[in-house]
Amino acid sequence: MERLVEEVKKSLITAAWFVFLTFPMIVVKLHSAENRVSYRWINALYVAIGAFFISFIWRYLLERRDKKSSSDNVEDSLVYKVLNHPVYSKILYGAVFVFVLIFPLLFSTYQTNIMTTALIYVVLALGLNIVVGLAGLLDLGYVAFYAVGAYGYALLSKYFGLGFWAVLPMAGILAAIAGIILVFPILRLKGDYLAIVTLGFGEIIRIFLENWDGLTNGPSGISGIPRPSFFGMEMKVDQSLIFIYYITVALVIFTIFVVNRLQVSRLGRAWLALKEDEIACQSMGIDRVRAKLTAFALGATWAGFAGVIFAAKTTFVNPASFTFFESVIILAIVVLGGMGSIVGVIIAALMMILLPEYLRAFSDYRMLIFGLAMVLVMVFKPEGLIPFRGGRLVYKKREPGKDGSSNEKRAYS
Amino acid sequence: MDWSYFLDLFMSGLTKGSIYALIALGYTMVYGIIQLINFAHGEIYMIGAFVALITATILTSMGLNLFAVFILAILVAVIYSSAYGFTVEKIAYKPLRHASRLSPLISAIGMSIFLQNYVMLSQTADFVPFPEIIPVPKFLEKVSDYVDPVGVVIIVVTVVVMIALSLFVKKTKIGKAMRATAQNKTMAMLCGVDVDNTISVTFVIGSALAAIGGVLIGAYVGQINFYIGFIAGLKAFTAAVLGGIGSIPGAALGGVVLGLTESFGTGYVSSDYEDVFAFVILVLILIFRPAGILGKSNTEKV
Repeated sequence: MERLVEEVKKSLITAAWFVFLTFPMIVVKLHSAENRVSYRWINALYVAIGAFFISFIWRYLLERRDKKSSSDNVEDSLVYKVLNHPVYSKILYGAVFVFVLIFPLLFSTYQTNIMTTALIYVVLALGLNIVVGLAGLLDLGYVAFYAVGAYGYALLSKYFGLGFWAVLPMAGILAAIAGIILVFPILRLKGDYLAIVTLGFGEIIRIFLENWDGLTNGPSGISGIPRPSFFGMEMKVDQSLIFIYYITVALVIFTIFVVNRLQVSRLGRAWLALKEDEIACQSMGIDRVRAKLTAFALGATWAGFAGVIFAAKTTFVNPASFTFFESVIILAIVVLGGMGSIVGVIIAALMMILLPEYLRAFSDYRMLIFGLAMVLVMVFKPEGLIPFRGGRLVYKKREPGKDGSSNEKRAYS
Repeated sequence: MDWSYFLDLFMSGLTKGSIYALIALGYTMVYGIIQLINFAHGEIYMIGAFVALITATILTSMGLNLFAVFILAILVAVIYSSAYGFTVEKIAYKPLRHASRLSPLISAIGMSIFLQNYVMLSQTADFVPFPEIIPVPKFLEKVSDYVDPVGVVIIVVTVVVMIALSLFVKKTKIGKAMRATAQNKTMAMLCGVDVDNTISVTFVIGSALAAIGGVLIGAYVGQINFYIGFIAGLKAFTAAVLGGIGSIPGAALGGVVLGLTESFGTGYVSSDYEDVFAFVILVLILIFRPAGILGKSNTEKV
């Protein structure tokens, strides 16, 4: 009983606080043309009631989160059981794969197009995951490499008449070179200093694209970019979009394969070491410069690929597609998914791209809900939706009755 | 060399720089204490500008004189921005104190998107005119042919605020607690510093400074909208890093260097590349001084 009184008191204070806080924004309405204000008193009541009840839920959920993280093991949760189970995981992956393959047959071209966008972000996020999730280098200008890919295709096809398939590998290489050029002068920088320089690099690229009218046609962008060809076959727009969808699916699968292999490669382990401790990593004989350069170059390559597909899909590029906000969204996908975790990143990418798309019903409120969702996921799942459990050696106990020679299996997961 | 043009650019650079510095202080203080790039800080500044505009509109219609309107608008803006800063910390950062470093960053970005849309939906998406509420002393009107009097007022206000802040951090007990928390949270706690409280105070002070910056720049530029916080926040963050993040004089210096670079760059080279100058100077300085102009590059010991 005493606890209840205490909790109600807390909630009442919260409600009063939020009424005060939201008063000048939600109650007062500014009419700047007439130089006066009007008052919407009813809104204060809504805020009060809302804050009163939400504060109960908020405190309850936080309490539950803290209890959970101290007692339970994350590996025991249902998601991990399915993902680590030898049979179920294969069934799950198979089902997802089949669904992805028949998606264009089940849904309209419009839906397929949205899905293509989401898959492009999956590629981008997996690429950024190499830099941020594996190597631990915070990159806030990742969109620059995406722009290099998209504009690379647009310009090469406009001035040299090169086709999609010729540009795709070239764009990857161009983006990788851009990554090396960026990171070379700033190898000494750490943490947030690196972040702000990458941010600046992204903005510089965008501003040049916006102002170099002679080459990039400025803010109005380049239109009429050809869609990919399929052995010279003529395709209608619908068919072509579905074709791009399958190209993207193929790229996603290729990316997953490469990132998966990279994680357990010598290079991937070097990155993980770099992320943990730079000095310790150097003293173990890992070439710090090489590890950083390859992380940036490889990360950028995927952005280059994704950029080409993006340009081919929309047949139009302009600088507005490559703002800092875009970098932020990609980074948010990586962190929300759980840094380093491939499944998590895919789920988060689908969520971040499809959520605003399907929230269009709420039109005005969609970005409000979007921002709030980012905060809530982070507060209640600070390690991301599916936390990365790799990069550590797990000793499995000997099973009784078995051959004693390999009594302690070491599994690198 | 056209000296009056040079002087104009110098003054506008200094004015802009001092406002950047005011906002940068909030970044640098928060960063110093919890190593978080507070992406929502720009939005706090924007909310400060909006609250000041609303207060000024109400007060002007009540017939108060300019000086009273200016002081009260700043006061209300400071109170509300501090309240928002405090609340944002409690909701989005405090539950993440023990999480990895990127989690609060993403939470901050989410908060920033939320606050932008909150203001857009509850007020307006358009640019709204901001009244000229900065009172200009009589003696400055005489020199208005040479220097912009509003600019002078802004610079003076900024300098006063900076000095007050430095004294606060150096001399008061809570300032000492802030420095202790910034150095070592656990140790500060063992010495009896209420760390949670200190962090809240840091957010409140940073937000208050942002609100002052918001009112000043609103009155200087003459219009505001819900998106101004984003660009200003980015610039101020750049200024904070430029000067050496975590250092208060560094933020002031970084802001001024950034403002002057932009002003001279746009004035003498090209106005299209305003932001490029800002970032190029940042990269150049960081190449030679990887911890910023005044930042301490601490040697790591193994």
